[in-house]
Amino acid sequence: MKAKPDKDHRYYRALMRKIVVLMICISIIPFVSIGGVTIYYYTQSSKDNTIVYLESIVNKHKIYIDNFLNEKLADIQTLSDSLTIEELLDDSLLQKRLEILQKRYRDFVDLGIVDKRGYQQAYAGPFKLEDARYSDSDWFRKAMKQDFFVSDVFLGLRGLPHFIIAINKRDDEGKVWIIRSTIDIERFTSLVENITIGKTGHAFILNRNGDFQTKPRFRRGENFPSVNEFINKLSSSTEVSIIENKKKSGQRVIYAISYLKDEKWLLVCQQDSADAFSSLYYVRRLVVLISFVSFFSVLIISFFLAKRLVGRMETADLERAKMHEQVIETGKLASIGELAAGIAHEVNNPVAIMVEEAGWIEDLLEEEEFHKSDNLDEFKRALKQVRAQGARCKQITHKLLSFARKTHSQLSDLQLNELIEEVVGLCQRTARYSNIKIETELHSCLPAITASPSEIQQVLLNLVNNAIDAIGKKGGTVKISTGMDNRCAVIDVSDTGCGIHEAYVQRIFDPFFTTKPVGKGTGLGLSICYGIIDKMGGSISVNSAVGKGTTFHVQIPISQRENKV
Amino acid sequence: MTMTMTSIMLVDDEVPFVETMTKRLAKRGFSVVGAFSGYEAMEKLESDRMIDVVILDVKMPGMDGINALKEIKGKFPLVEVIMLTGHATVESAIDGMKLGAFDYLMKPCDMAQLLSKIQEAKDKKIAHEEKIREAKIKELSSKFD
Repeated sequence: MKAKPDKDHRYYRALMRKIVVLMICISIIPFVSIGGVTIYYYTQSSKDNTIVYLESIVNKHKIYIDNFLNEKLADIQTLSDSLTIEELLDDSLLQKRLEILQKRYRDFVDLGIVDKRGYQQAYAGPFKLEDARYSDSDWFRKAMKQDFFVSDVFLGLRGLPHFIIAINKRDDEGKVWIIRSTIDIERFTSLVENITIGKTGHAFILNRNGDFQTKPRFRRGENFPSVNEFINKLSSSTEVSIIENKKKSGQRVIYAISYLKDEKWLLVCQQDSADAFSSLYYVRRLVVLISFVSFFSVLIISFFLAKRLVGRMETADLERAKMHEQVIETGKLASIGELAAGIAHEVNNPVAIMVEEAGWIEDLLEEEEFHKSDNLDEFKRALKQVRAQGARCKQITHKLLSFARKTHSQLSDLQLNELIEEVVGLCQRTARYSNIKIETELHSCLPAITASPSEIQQVLLNLVNNAIDAIGKKGGTVKISTGMDNRCAVIDVSDTGCGIHEAYVQRIFDPFFTTKPVGKGTGLGLSICYGIIDKMGGSISVNSAVGKGTTFHVQIPISQRENKV
Repeated sequence: MTMTMTSIMLVDDEVPFVETMTKRLAKRGFSVVGAFSGYEAMEKLESDRMIDVVILDVKMPGMDGINALKEIKGKFPLVEVIMLTGHATVESAIDGMKLGAFDYLMKPCDMAQLLSKIQEAKDKKIAHEEKIREAKIKELSSKFD
């Protein structure tokens, strides 16, 4: 018996686990799949949007910067085309021209005319550079080979960052002259440096050697992809390319790159991934948070639901098992009853024969010849005993048969209280003999019940007699009370007797179970009571404490006729 | 036909019971015929018209007590029948009495009780026969009137 609850327990635990897992699966799988798909596509579109935005910024500024440079170049070109070398070599005229240019753009710092040897022949500007020599300058050599030239940013003779625009011009004699102008880098760099995207996005310009043409807003020591990496990535002059790179700190950085100035410079836009995709990352964190919260709520809810469900199942199972047990118990009683009836029947005939044979011997003893026998009295006594024991057998078998009797006795409407008074009257004499008081406490307006009077009388007599027997000779009280409880008439028969041992309580309604000495009880009284009450749709139960007394509760339905049909 | 001599037939499938009972009743001055089944009882009633009272066990194999009673009452309505039942269930005995049995006794039965029932049955039968005879006399006398 002990292993069974343990096994049951394990069974219910497994059942609960299954239910929890199933519930979690059912609620999580669609949630995860919908969430996953949504996040995937949202990430894609968000990234695309960010990249398109970066590209558009780079494109816009590329055009802007290219225009700036072309404009400057065009201005110098115009200057070169509109004047002859002789006119240009006139310092005052050059100064006037510079002023005209500076009126339009503050970017032009100075103008100079350089001959093919590199000597500056004329100069207009704030610096004293009339006799400067550029023959060794890198820009000069390059400018000599081309019609026009825009240099990288360099420090130059004055030690200030700037770049130079140079135009090749031939005079009437075919000699080559170079018209050069220094461009103030400040306005140029502000064009680039003012580009800001989000919190970390900024831009800078590189030449093909990887030298910065504008001041980048890096912190020092930041690792930065080599310019070749950018160049490799760029295939055409018009395209904007995107590179993602990891910084030392582990942060990811996005670069958007494009060529400038006929592929000589590179415009680079840089932004931290975290910043660029901040809204995406925010949404992702939110989704993850919500997922976790929902998962745990689902977990907790399914756990509690499963627990409740399994709990209910367990109680239902228990109740069913209990009911099953009761059904078996009732069935057992019935089958024992039938068996007993069969036995009673079979026993009855031999007993009858034995009693008759004894009677025959008695008859014969009456004859003359036996009167002289010494043992006549002894014979007579023995035969009387046979007859008496035969009568006892008869009593037992008849009780057994009445226990197993199936047919209904005549039903009539009964007043329980009257019946109880009758029974008390019957038992009063025996009770008084044992110094027992019988008290009654009867419900004054108890409705009539439908039952067989002889059966109810049998039950009451049995219970009262048992109570009297339980008290014995020492005296006490038997109390009979009636009452109503939920459409049932209730009869309680309690005594102050010896009580029933706990081990016996289970068995007192079993046929042949008795605690009375041999020959005193058949063990059938309570079984018969049980059978009668059960047949009526009522119930009989017992409460007992050893040494204190016993109470029998009988419940009989009031509207029995309606129930039976 | 004497008033004192009562003729009894005892019907039961238990042979020793019938034998002992026969001896005991014979000792008390009854003329007793035993039968061990319903069929045998019918045969013996056919041949022996002197039988006044039949003591009939309810539970027998073959033709049971109730069926035997029906036959007896059908063919010999004047014969009185006392049912002998092993049942505490009085129902079959009551059924028997509804079908015309005189009374019932429970097995094992007390001899004194049995004797008094037999006497009552015999008295009833005599009274009955008396009435029939009187009626016949009346009929005859009315013919002569």
